[in-house]
Amino acid sequence: MVRIPKNLSRRLYACCAVIASVAGILGAVAAHANEFNARDLALMDRLTWGINASSAEHLRALGTERWLQEQLHPPASVALPDTVTAQIEAMPDVHKLPFDIAVAFEQQAKSANQVADTDQKKAAQQVYQGAMNDRAKQAAARTILHALYAPDQLRERMSWFWFNHFNIHQYKANLRILVGDYEDRAIRPFALGKFRDLLASTMRHPAMLRYLDNADNAAGHINENYAREIMELHTMGVGSGYTQADVEALARILTGVGIDLKSEDPKLKPELQSQLVREGAFEFNPSRHDYGDKTFLGHPIKGRGLAEVDEALDILVHHPATAAHLSRQIATYFVSDNPPESLVQKMALAFKTSDGDIAAVLATMVHAPEFAASLTSGSRFKDPVQYVLSALRLAYDDKTVLNTAPVQNWFNRLGEGLFNHETPDGYALTSASWNGPGQMMVRFEVARQIGSGSSGLFKPDLPNATDQPAFPLIQNALYFNGLRQTLRPTTLTALDKAISPQDWNTLFLSSPEFMR
Amino acid sequence: MNRRDLIKAFAAIAPLTVAGRVWAAPATDARSLVVFLRGAYDAANVLVPVSSDFYYNSRPTLGIARPDAGNPNGALPLGPEWGLHPALRDSIFPLWGKREIAFVPFAGTMDDLTRSHFETQDTIELGQSASGARDYRSGFMSRLATELSRAKPIAFTEQLPLMFRGKSQIPNIGLGNVGKPGVDDRQAQLIKDMYAQSNLAASVSEGFRVRDDVYRSISEEMTAANRGAVSPRGFELSARRIGRLMREQFNLGFVDVGGWDTHVNQGAATGYLADRLGELGRALAGFSEEIGPAGWRDTVIVVISEFGRTFRENGDRGTDHGHGSVYWVMGGGINGGRILGEQVKIEQASLFQNRDYPVLTDYRAMFAGLFLRMYGLDAAALQRIFTGVHPAELGLV
Repeated sequence: MVRIPKNLSRRLYACCAVIASVAGILGAVAAHANEFNARDLALMDRLTWGINASSAEHLRALGTERWLQEQLHPPASVALPDTVTAQIEAMPDVHKLPFDIAVAFEQQAKSANQVADTDQKKAAQQVYQGAMNDRAKQAAARTILHALYAPDQLRERMSWFWFNHFNIHQYKANLRILVGDYEDRAIRPFALGKFRDLLASTMRHPAMLRYLDNADNAAGHINENYAREIMELHTMGVGSGYTQADVEALARILTGVGIDLKSEDPKLKPELQSQLVREGAFEFNPSRHDYGDKTFLGHPIKGRGLAEVDEALDILVHHPATAAHLSRQIATYFVSDNPPESLVQKMALAFKTSDGDIAAVLATMVHAPEFAASLTSGSRFKDPVQYVLSALRLAYDDKTVLNTAPVQNWFNRLGEGLFNHETPDGYALTSASWNGPGQMMVRFEVARQIGSGSSGLFKPDLPNATDQPAFPLIQNALYFNGLRQTLRPTTLTALDKAISPQDWNTLFLSSPEFMR
Repeated sequence: MNRRDLIKAFAAIAPLTVAGRVWAAPATDARSLVVFLRGAYDAANVLVPVSSDFYYNSRPTLGIARPDAGNPNGALPLGPEWGLHPALRDSIFPLWGKREIAFVPFAGTMDDLTRSHFETQDTIELGQSASGARDYRSGFMSRLATELSRAKPIAFTEQLPLMFRGKSQIPNIGLGNVGKPGVDDRQAQLIKDMYAQSNLAASVSEGFRVRDDVYRSISEEMTAANRGAVSPRGFELSARRIGRLMREQFNLGFVDVGGWDTHVNQGAATGYLADRLGELGRALAGFSEEIGPAGWRDTVIVVISEFGRTFRENGDRGTDHGHGSVYWVMGGGINGGRILGEQVKIEQASLFQNRDYPVLTDYRAMFAGLFLRMYGLDAAALQRIFTGVHPAELGLV
């Protein structure tokens, strides 16, 4: 288990705004003795959901390389702070598997539909919809709590990245009840592992099979949707040399890969029974599979059932286009809108030589001179999710928020709501999608809300809950011993004109430097 | 000769270059607003096929009665074959009388038969072929904006819709609850100062300008409300705000309104759908009022939805996902008061898959025909917006 040391700055959070200026004076005096290494701060800011005083102290105590290794190779399970775990454990369905969740909700929908009186039926259906909405909100709360407080920050960044890469949309069918499980069991455990495992785990999750319609893909009535997106988005990338015939072949290979929520097995001819595979809601139904031979990306595939899928995944993962496409996507997310080709090639080579090991690709990236250069170039622009999370991590450090609804709301207002991108391509990774005039205005409004007070973050979503006192304290030791030195004169001049701690926070969180 | 052949014949007589200039005002003054009814509205109960016995047999509880001066719940007469839902009596029906609205029945997506809200909304917004690889970063209104020299596009939505995603950066602003901006003028100036030397300087200063303009426009409306004017709500409020903003600042707009997925208890002349329609009608009439006579003359509103609903009512007094829809085209300068596009007699035999309206006018062909006339686009530009599409000559403008 990784522990984040508590430090002096924590005491400051108990203080209120009035003391902020006093802390400022103290910080300024102590500046030289405690100054943080600017490169370390930039590195940490780039690879985590945002820097804060306690994590910066942790990096300093560990040293850069050991910290990097800790982030690249965390243990399979890293404990969250108790206050976070308690919130997650209180959520319904958090330990249930998709099969049981989906069956329970299906039952509820069925009973609602059977109500005779039309008004009562409508009411029952609204209750059902409301329960599905609650599950999606709880899943989003889990994502946010992990992102803010998990010590294995790089894995959290990669979990968001891979969710977005294997995007599903919560408002399709019943996916609101499955998005949480999809992230917790299909994505996060594999986020730093082998890409092959990640591809396979998303393929076996009912949320993906529903979202991209493979649940409807069967011999005789082919649905190409999933097959196409696997090649176009998940692995090789668009325009990388595959043909429509390859898409059709993969679709045929994927026939029968679907969902089954019935307790009894499907009726099968005796000779097909040994081919049936059921794992929770996942099912390979041999009577829906096209057993003909196929040719996929030049490889002859003998028609023989689910083993064809494994063979196709191996072909895809080992295709050079996949290494290049994934490397470019990762580099775009962490380095710049147009990452240097030399860097992409190094990462792609690491992907190939490590048999698609994600941590190895990331290690190559962070140790490359192109990455080091990007830390000081100022060309990155935070997407909305990173912007909001980094502001909250900086402002509250390890003081646990008690309500994530305001955070979900900020994500939505900024156009990057969790599980809320309709199309399979996921949210754009490039800055041009997020720095338009309208979006900058909303960002400044959000900066003001985060900077001006606790914004409901410390008021639990319970009847009669009281709002716990809290204040975003950004002018702390980290600021005076590190962040301040990175600000340009124009920004410092504006900050000097702040008329209150709230105003100062708003301006700091609105500054060009904090957008990077 | 059927109607389509007739239109083709006229098109053949008039050279396209001339046809591109029939728009009353210079092309650059033209304004377009696309209104997307998300959820697939029940078109057959809005443009009611009053001459079809099959309609009344198919909708025993939902059918809108034939026009009858003595029956306030009857359809409003639009000619021998069609009637309008009575909830639109005071808002849309008068525009019909002024020939400022036309309906295009049997409209929709020819190549998307998924009957999935999600899929088909995407299909329409992208305006690309539904088969083959899609570019999710290229919506058709964004492509239109790229082709126009003086486009001032904006999406009146909380999030930038697919339709407006693309190469150029298009602002979006939700109008449902615009309040006084929290970032005050002093802070705005300090923020602009911080960005003055950055590559985002233009984005930030443009952002504050639009924000202030929108708020100024809306605070005028608030002042008016305080003087005792009836204060509109919901979509009507948004649409009025859009009217004012498009009068003053923008010429290419998009807005969406949800709540049309009426599977259960949708009502007939009154009830749930009638209430939604009433609000929509008041909203569109309110828009035309706010944009003013000059603005209205140069404006074309197109009201669309992803698909229609089943022609027959279901067992829950509602309707399920269908195929063909009815699009509305409105504006002070349009050639309205007509039902346009290829049509079929409404009977069981003409239903698509024995359940829905067929699609006889493809949405892309309709928009292509409109853009061609409104903006005088050349064939190459039109092909960049809708690749491989032959524009429909509906004679709308």
